[in-house]
Amino acid sequence: MAATRTESKAATEIGAELGLARDDLLEMYRLMVVARAVDERMWILNRAGKIPFVISGQGHEGAQVAVTYGLRKAHDWMVPYYRSVASLITFGMTPREIMLAQFAKGNDPSSGGRQMPGHYGMPERQILSLSSPVATQLLHATGIALAAKIRKTDQVAMTYLGEGSSNQGDFHEGLNFAGIHRLPVVYVVENNGYAISVPMALQSAVEDIAMRAAGYNMPGVVVDGSDVLACYRAGRDAIDRARAGEGPTLIEAKVTRLTAHSSDDQHTKYRTAEEIESEKGRDALPLFRDQLRSAGLLDEESEAAILEESRKVVEDSTDWAEAQPEPDPATAQRWVYADAPPARMDDELWTGARFAGDGGPFGTLAAEED
Amino acid sequence: MAVQTLIEAVRSTLADEMRRDERIIVLGEDVGKKGGVFLATDGLFDEFGGERVLDTPLSESLIVGASIGAAINGLRPVPEIQFADFIFPAFNQILSEAARMRYRSNNSFACPMTIRAPYGGGVHGALYHSQSVEAFFAHIPGLKVVVPSTPYDTRGLLRSAIRDEDPVLFFEHKKMYRSVRGDVPDTDYTVPLGKAKVTREGRDVTVVGYGLMAHYALEAAELLESEGVSVEVVDLRTLRPLDGTTLLESVGKTGKCVVVYEDNRFGGFGAEIAAILAEEAFDRLDGPIVRVTGPDVPGVPYNHVLEDWFMPNPDRIADAVRRLAAY
Repeated sequence: MAATRTESKAATEIGAELGLARDDLLEMYRLMVVARAVDERMWILNRAGKIPFVISGQGHEGAQVAVTYGLRKAHDWMVPYYRSVASLITFGMTPREIMLAQFAKGNDPSSGGRQMPGHYGMPERQILSLSSPVATQLLHATGIALAAKIRKTDQVAMTYLGEGSSNQGDFHEGLNFAGIHRLPVVYVVENNGYAISVPMALQSAVEDIAMRAAGYNMPGVVVDGSDVLACYRAGRDAIDRARAGEGPTLIEAKVTRLTAHSSDDQHTKYRTAEEIESEKGRDALPLFRDQLRSAGLLDEESEAAILEESRKVVEDSTDWAEAQPEPDPATAQRWVYADAPPARMDDELWTGARFAGDGGPFGTLAAEED
Repeated sequence: MAVQTLIEAVRSTLADEMRRDERIIVLGEDVGKKGGVFLATDGLFDEFGGERVLDTPLSESLIVGASIGAAINGLRPVPEIQFADFIFPAFNQILSEAARMRYRSNNSFACPMTIRAPYGGGVHGALYHSQSVEAFFAHIPGLKVVVPSTPYDTRGLLRSAIRDEDPVLFFEHKKMYRSVRGDVPDTDYTVPLGKAKVTREGRDVTVVGYGLMAHYALEAAELLESEGVSVEVVDLRTLRPLDGTTLLESVGKTGKCVVVYEDNRFGGFGAEIAAILAEEAFDRLDGPIVRVTGPDVPGVPYNHVLEDWFMPNPDRIADAVRRLAAY
């Protein structure tokens, strides 16, 4: 399965074939620029000591925007992973909402400041909350698709993962079930060649994760993640298939990771300087910009306008989010369950004894001294 | 009023609830045409069809993980894990996902689902068809853990579990499936989660148990009555959230407590009961808190002599109560 490239034709010509208008192409580029600007700001904030942790999507934006672009906002479901910044922005999450998660503020819509940065989720946008164990989300997307099929909601679930996650058992269990029931779900592997430091050759006996799709009787599509329009085609075809009741698709976008795994990783320990430098040539952002330039869709003026807008958006979202209130520790015990917080043991016999917290007579005495 | 076995109570309640609420689906291994290996879902496939009663592959993580997704997208899944012993491939989905979904999303998302799992020994099931696994799960904030001991409670608690807004683990003791019978009203009653029940009143010693051990505690109390030892029995029914009030009131009255659980002794659920009593009831206790439990070996051995050696029973409970009463 050789990855295809589409750059021999003009972007407008390919766009027209794909049903993408000029405005769509420019919007996809704008989303990529904004996502990159937001992502770069996260690293600056981290290095400035303002946010303790960053996990990045730089190098993935082209595939993320393009594969996601064909979803129906607030109708379909997105089940993201921790590098999904550009996918989330494409699906309607705003830079302010993303920055609230970065600063872990009290009004952070993803978790109210409870989760590490990168763990997004918003019910009103149909973006499911994610955890840190990898590949668990594939089963949630599979179950969402099962419910969509049973309830006949015409929804598609799209979920994303790294190639490292594709080695978890949940990958097999989810794809097998989706294949059996022909569920409306799209699995998008963003293969950047590394599971933190472990290279592809030590992760998988086959070169393409998409090959595994054959075992689940679904199409496995390899696409060059630096080719935005090829990624759009792969995403659109998979979404159409799913919505038409023809079942799931496994897409593997070969992307590059332009940064370390996270702000706690030193990737020069396992990547050469030459490799890090040469990988910049696989960055979809400048490649797509060049495509749009040569197609006459982007000139210096319009390009500068997009950059200026993204700069403003990042400034605004950063300043605004940073100024939002911290979560109140008094709320930290809420929402373990839907109903009231754990009951206190304060009936007549056991006055002051506390069942849920620091227990016993000593805890009670300490509390009374306060 | 009808008399049902515990398994009939499970089955009829699942059917009632599925008739009441079309969002409810049942999924698991062999739950379809076969009706489950214990026949807990027998007849559901015929009545509700393959779309609401799904036979899954042997994929426990999928059974729970897809249930989470289905719950997120508007259904009320009631997944079955064929034996509690086989729940561990799904442990990550239960612990890291279902139990934390509400908390980690600050109440934006929830996982209303009831995971049913047959558990327990005394059925010649050996190491991998006999385990009591409740301690692993009762430890987890965000989960509710239920262990009914009668057909009446099974119906009432299963209704409450299915209608609850949070994930519930519903453990059914295999030995009780067909050996325990009881009256069940033909009404839509519920038994609230988080409420224990004093199933026998007494003055001298409180015996706390759940599941099969709640029955053995009652049998032990009968044995001791003729000896003049008055035993109060508390059936916890829900392990989390725990009904501390009933527990503390009972032990506050008797001043002595035997905790019975079938699981391994070390770190078992009853150890938490003992810790709570030590903290909250210290100045009401007239003796040590005593545990009657399974021994600390890695599982229930198969041969019937070995299995009998493993299992707590009414005589062992009575012995412990006798010693504690005399303390």
